[in-house]
This record gives sequence, structure tokens and C-alpha cells, in this order.
Amino acid sequence: MNAPHWLHRLRPLLGAVILIAAWALIHAAGAVDPVLLPSPTEAAQAFWKGMTEGTLGADFGKTIVRTLSSFAIAMVIAVPLGIVLGASQRLYESIEFAIDFFRSTPASAMFPLFLVIFGPGETTKIAVAAFGAALVILFNVAYGVMGARKQRQLAARVMRAPRWRVLTDVTLLESMPQVFVGMRSGVSLALVIVIVAEMFIGSTDGLGQRVMNAQMIFDMPEMYAAIFAAGALGYVMNLLFLLAERRFVHWGGK
Amino acid sequence: MNESPLSPTPPEGASHRWYPAGTHITVRGLTKRFDGVTVYENFDLDIAKGKITSVFGPNGCGKSTLINMISGILPYDGGQILFEGKEAYETRIGYVFQNYREAVFPWMRAIDNIRYPLQFLDLTKTERQTLLDSVVNSFDVSFDLNRYPYQMSGGQQQLVSIMRALVVEPEVLFLDEPFSALDYEMVLFLRGILQKVLKEREVTTLLVSHDLDEAVLLADEVLLLTKRPTRVAERLVFDAPRPRDAETTVTPAFVQTKTRALEIFRREVRA
Repeated sequence: MNAPHWLHRLRPLLGAVILIAAWALIHAAGAVDPVLLPSPTEAAQAFWKGMTEGTLGADFGKTIVRTLSSFAIAMVIAVPLGIVLGASQRLYESIEFAIDFFRSTPASAMFPLFLVIFGPGETTKIAVAAFGAALVILFNVAYGVMGARKQRQLAARVMRAPRWRVLTDVTLLESMPQVFVGMRSGVSLALVIVIVAEMFIGSTDGLGQRVMNAQMIFDMPEMYAAIFAAGALGYVMNLLFLLAERRFVHWGGK
Repeated sequence: MNESPLSPTPPEGASHRWYPAGTHITVRGLTKRFDGVTVYENFDLDIAKGKITSVFGPNGCGKSTLINMISGILPYDGGQILFEGKEAYETRIGYVFQNYREAVFPWMRAIDNIRYPLQFLDLTKTERQTLLDSVVNSFDVSFDLNRYPYQMSGGQQQLVSIMRALVVEPEVLFLDEPFSALDYEMVLFLRGILQKVLKEREVTTLLVSHDLDEAVLLADEVLLLTKRPTRVAERLVFDAPRPRDAETTVTPAFVQTKTRALEIFRREVRA
């Protein structure tokens, strides 16, 4: 017996349904203090109210702007650098250790340093997030360029393409799937850092600050609403990049 | 353009760029080592102009290495390779790789793949279009060139890659086992159409093949190589009329040439 077609389409949502059902069940059974775990409905109401009448929408927008600004800065710095590094084996080898080291250093550990440099304002949050994202994008672009298979480059060379055209026409396109991996990881990391920065670097807005404030006054539905907003933001950004990749790298995997 | 002297030996005072009439490619004292292993040592070779020369030899003797050095995509350790006295970079070269999947540009439509090398020649827009139309007409393709390579069959992709190599009207065409990854029906079709176009355009062609039937069938001359360090074992002329097809392979002339090639090949493998 085959289930109707629409049931198949809904299968990916099963996990979410189970999770919410379990949550409602635990709440109804009173297994956890209702102050800590409000019902899903209360959290949903808080989300809806926050978005329509409250300031959740504004905080949401603020976090988006910060994340995208830092991502944009990271791209502008990391993509050209990554191409240069990837194109030159010697250059890459000489600074590989430095990149690897900073890549392994949690960007959050750099907050105090950036605070000293940029002061406790907007700039610091964006700068740290851009720093973290840039390193991820940088090494992915460099790996993409380095790992690009050589035969198409050879084909272009034999057709008399100058070296820089081989780079722009072949190597770069060949490395696009890896560049997209870097972009996705970069934007996710930028979001993580922005949220943390909003929590701890004297913020008056943003989702991170909202989660923190709600927690301090034990307004749990409000906190869950803000957490959900942050999760949805991360998910949608990842999804958008996947869709963009499928459109742009239309030859990928074929 | 150099004027080719008619005598078979360099006339007095001839430069090192001298080449005998009718010869297109001159290889002199070519030396190539891989990690200390000598593949070519003081190797000499003349390739005739406007002819198809097949390169055949034992595994690992460096057939592809040879055409890669001649075409300028692989550096060599010593010697000189000239095209009617010119260097490789001064010569219009077409190259068809065995692995078409990694040779065509999947991000471009087939027609743009074919058009790609034209932009690097010093030509007007009209001249480019003429060359493009000419190659498309020569091959008389029956499939849609506005598709992307990944939407096409392997044979169609290799045909695109052959057209891309020929669109610039190359002086020399290199084919590195171009049909070895394709199904038989496609191979027969491509052999037929390629012969037609190469003979129409009188392109000097170097074909590497691991299939002796194919090497003989397509060739004006079969170049048989020895094991490493590689030398020319023998050069066999095959002048059966064209177009040659599967029928040709049962003619006495073909069988005779192939048998001779096989004898030399066996001798060289044992040596």
C-alpha cells in the first residue's frame, strides 16, 4: 500500500511535528516547571505578537543587517585574497600555518581585542563577525582554486588564453562549488558571532540581546520566540545560498 | 614566413630553423626525464605537412608525452621543436583531450565552447563568425548546439571539443586517444566525419591511439615507437583511398600494414 502523494511531501516535516508534540506533552504533564518551559502556543503567540506589534521584528532586522554587512565585508576581502593564495602554491605554503591558526582560533576569543581597537559600538560586532567569516571563506576559495582540476586550464592555455583569462574563465568557475561551501559556512559563522556579540558587547538591539534580556527577566515565551527567530534566520540564509548555488553552478554534479 | 628549401640537406649557411620541404614539424635532440627516468633522449622526428600521423607504441613509451611536448603543454628538458621554423606559441594549435568531460567547459553552451578560442585570435567580429559558421557547417551537426555539455551524450561532447579545436583553423591538430571513452557506434561516426574534415582542410594531424586498427585506419603514416628510452621503431605509410571505414579494415592493404605494425610492436615489447 502506498501512502497518498501529499503524505510523502510532508515527510520532512515529521521531525518538527514530533518535537513540538513532545514539547506540548511535557508541558501538559507538568514534568518541567512551566516558568522554564511554557507551552508551544505561548511561545508561538509571543513570536507572533513580537513580530506584529512588538520589537522582535526590529531586532530581527538589525541582526540581519549586521550579519549581511559582516558577510559582505568578508567576501570583499576574502575572495580576491583566496584566489591569489590558491593560484600561487608558494604563497599559500608560506602563510598556510598563519591562516590555519587563526581559523582554529574561536573568533569570540578576539572580542576583547576588537573592543580595544574599535570601541564598544556597532563596528566591533561587524568587524569580529567579518573576521571570522573571512577566514572561512578565504581558505575555501583558496582550496577551490588550488583543487581545480588542471585539464580545462590546460585546454584554455592551448587555445592561447592568457594566464589571467585562464584564472577568470576556467579556474574560478571550476572552484565555484567550493566557493559556495565557503559562502554558506561564512554566513552561518557571521550569524553566530553577531548573535554572541549582541549578547555581550553592550547592545541595545538585535536578537542576541533580546534572548539575553528575556532570560534575565524570566520571560520564557519571549526568549523562545527570539531563539526561534535566530534559528529561522540561519535556516533561511543557508537555504537561499543553496538555491543560489543550484542556479548559478547549474553544471555542478553533472 | 620561411621559404622552404628544396634540397633534402640543409644548404650552406642555413639557420638552425631550416626544415626540409613538405615537413611541418621538426623535432631535434628532444630529451625528457621524469624523476630521473629518461623517456626521450636525443629524439629526432619529422612530421609531414597536411598528413595524419598516428602514434602507436608499447604502454608507457610516452605517446601522450610526445604530443604534449610538441603541442607546448608539457615542458621538455632539452632539444628543439619547430613548426615550419616557428615555435609552438607562434603556431595555431588545436588539441583534443581523451577525457572530454574534463575538457569542455560545462558552464558554457556548446556553441560558446566552440566559439571560445576565437577571441584570442586577432580577428574582426565578421571573421570570427565566418570561422564559426564554417566549422559548424563542416561537421553538419544534427543536435542543438545551444545546449550545455552535460545535456549531451559523450560522443556529442567530444564532437564539440573537436569542433572547438578546429574552429581556429589550426595548422596542427593533436588528438590524444580521442575516441577511447566512447561507444562503438559513436566512434565509427566520429572517425568518418573527422577524416572528411581533416582532409578537406589539410590539417597536419598527430593522433595518439592505443587501438592499432584505429591508428592504421586513420593514418597516412603510422609512427611506431619503442619502449623507453623511446626511439622511432618504424614508420609505415598507409595510402588507401579515403573515405576509409569499417570496409577498409578487411582490404589486403590494411591487413598487410596492420600485420607489419603488429610484428614490429611485438618485437619492441619483447626487446
